[in-house]
Amino acid sequence: MNHGPLIFLAAFFALAGSWFSFVLTPQVQVGRLDQTNTVPAGATYPVSRPGLAREGLDVYRANGCAYCHSQQVGQTGVTCDVLLTAVGTNQPALLTALLKVKPALTDAEARRFLAELPKPVLEHVTKEAADAAAKALNSTGGKAQVWIVPMGPDIARGWGLRRSVAEDFLFDYPLMLGSQRIGPDLANAGVRLPDPKWHLLHLYAPRTQVKGSMMPPYRFLFEKRRIERVPSADALVLPPELAPESGFEVVPKPEAKALVGYLTSLRADAPLFDAPLTVAEAAVESSTNSVAGSVTNSASGTNAPVK
Amino acid sequence: MSTEQTTPAGVPGSPSPGPGIAGIPNSEIDASCRMPLFVMFVSAAIWLIIASVFGLISSIKFHSPGFLADIAQLTYGRVRPVFVNALIYGFGLQAGLGVSLWLVARLGRTTLAGPVFVTFGASLWNLGLTIGTLAILAGESTGFEYLEIPFYAALLIFLGYLLIGICGVLTLQQRRERPLFVSQWFILTAVFWFPWIYSTANLLLVKYPVRGVTQAVIAWWYADNLLWVWLALVGLAAIFYFIPKLLKRELHSHYLALFAFWMLILFAGWGGIAVSAPVPAWMPTFSMIGTVLTVIPLLAVALNVQRTLAGNYSKVRSEPALLFIAFGAGAFIVAGFMKVCGLVLDFNQELRFTWFMPARDLLNSYGFFAMVMFGAIYRIFPQLTGFEFPFPRFVRAHFWLAAAGVFLSVLPLAIGGVVQTLELQNANIPFMDIVKSTLPVLRVSTIGDLLLLAGHLLFLGNAAGLLVRFSRARAMSAYAEMTADLFKTAGAKP
Repeated sequence: MNHGPLIFLAAFFALAGSWFSFVLTPQVQVGRLDQTNTVPAGATYPVSRPGLAREGLDVYRANGCAYCHSQQVGQTGVTCDVLLTAVGTNQPALLTALLKVKPALTDAEARRFLAELPKPVLEHVTKEAADAAAKALNSTGGKAQVWIVPMGPDIARGWGLRRSVAEDFLFDYPLMLGSQRIGPDLANAGVRLPDPKWHLLHLYAPRTQVKGSMMPPYRFLFEKRRIERVPSADALVLPPELAPESGFEVVPKPEAKALVGYLTSLRADAPLFDAPLTVAEAAVESSTNSVAGSVTNSASGTNAPVK
Repeated sequence: MSTEQTTPAGVPGSPSPGPGIAGIPNSEIDASCRMPLFVMFVSAAIWLIIASVFGLISSIKFHSPGFLADIAQLTYGRVRPVFVNALIYGFGLQAGLGVSLWLVARLGRTTLAGPVFVTFGASLWNLGLTIGTLAILAGESTGFEYLEIPFYAALLIFLGYLLIGICGVLTLQQRRERPLFVSQWFILTAVFWFPWIYSTANLLLVKYPVRGVTQAVIAWWYADNLLWVWLALVGLAAIFYFIPKLLKRELHSHYLALFAFWMLILFAGWGGIAVSAPVPAWMPTFSMIGTVLTVIPLLAVALNVQRTLAGNYSKVRSEPALLFIAFGAGAFIVAGFMKVCGLVLDFNQELRFTWFMPARDLLNSYGFFAMVMFGAIYRIFPQLTGFEFPFPRFVRAHFWLAAAGVFLSVLPLAIGGVVQTLELQNANIPFMDIVKSTLPVLRVSTIGDLLLLAGHLLFLGNAAGLLVRFSRARAMSAYAEMTADLFKTAGAKP
């Protein structure tokens, strides 16, 4: 009674099945993924990171940033907003349509509403409702747009404008999606926190930038040196209790600059066919940021959801 | 099948060999295992100390982020992977291989094949791991979790494993007791499983890296197979051998154990891909199905262990090795259910980013696997040397320290993880408040880490003490042998 070969074959086929499903098939399906286009702009996406950011990825890897920071955004669903951008030629008709779409408004409120365009008419509704409302408003000559807004706690925190998809990670090696959120997600760090100076100070002394931060300081990425002739333009502007003695300055080493280059290159805001999203170009132009674009200039990473 | 049921299925490795089997005496088998297993068990115990020191450092960093922060080599993102690698590869796999070899030799009533090669393989393993951990501290990590060790060191680890594994298979091949006990099924599969997953992961992630998100998929697949298949196979092999053996009664059901084996190898290797992972949707779906189906082997193991233990709980309490192993069996079930429930109940996909996951993994790799290995080693080590442990009280103390340490590390982290999940789902709660709310939990788990470290010191102390006893006795007998001649000649003179 020799079961040795049977056990060997069992193990072989069991593992081969698992290998086929989770190594070979993924490689065939997504391992050869090509660049795609943003929708509707049609820009090539993703483009590989600039050289400094690629060096920064190496610093990110070496220091194990991924043990505390994830880089993947989840979303629970999609809703639609209807944005009215222009009155058009037939204001009374638009007013009637607006009152029909938004029955809660009084006549006076509706008039004031039209004076403050562009402004969202409906928020967080289904695609069908949004399309119907936009159609009703557009038929009067007004200009209404339907906005696609991904939903979910991650998105409400500003960690990304939409969920992460396979295309986002085409050129990154090693890919560090992370498994913990001991610190905030960084998938959208470059959009959330675009200022390199903020990042440098945050790396040197996290608590000066984020109150109560538990991130360890990364002072080994900086050097303290004597000021020669003129102070360096890179020198950190530190609060008095952290500032070096006079005649000295703290400057970032190349690693710190590269890391910051990488962090500011992280974005999760490209609208793709897989992950539709309306980007807030119009809203930015008209300097209102009340709709989907509202997270772009938040620097806290903890911002409350847009209501 | 009938012979199978009568001889090996009952009491594993029973002292009286079956009819017509010329078994090799246990003392001879143990002597053949002695050298390689010394090397493996003592190295494992040392790696355990290294792991708990690094675990403690990384744990302290949550109370004072400034702790050792200015030394690049000791930043959290380097200390944490060293902790995990030392625990899993240094202790877990090494002790697991040692225990497996002994089980295969004992159950097959044959001497260990190629003990010199096993010793050499274990040395390669430890060399690779040493180079690997130093490389991680120097910032050379590959960036993939559970696979941080760079390629050049991974190669040594792989070769070391191959040497040990081949000797294990040869030992199985030359067994005198032909029918296989269920533990041998588990071990043979485990021996074969690791080289495949390890070479796949290292080749496709490090040497000839694949592109994009496939990297993440392969890394998840590897980690899942390592932690939930390999560890489970070897741990269960030890559970199914030692529980009946120490109770001196039969395993409740041989067939139920084989059923668990089939279900485990079929489904447990599918898991690991979370619902919200940025991959095509069929992968998480497959993963979910596989993970849910692992409930079947979990229940089969639970039933088998419970039925075998039933009515013998007083014996469990009186035998420390059995205490460790029974605890491990319980932790295996709980960790498995944590995995299934965690995946199924994670509606808004935040749980997988919280402390619940490290708690679950610690319960699996430590509460289950390490505890079973402690029990097995406490049982095997004295038999290898022919001596009892110098500090028998330490064994029991180690158990209570380890059990308390596991509770204090796992329970708060798991609860904290659930709280963290609920908070992460509510975007009105600022992120920094969530961080603050996890701090008390982390403090308690640091106490757990300290208890574990204390237990490990007792373990190492006992192992080292036993080695000293053994080598002193050896030296004494060698001295007696040498001086016997001297005295003889001296005595012959007058």
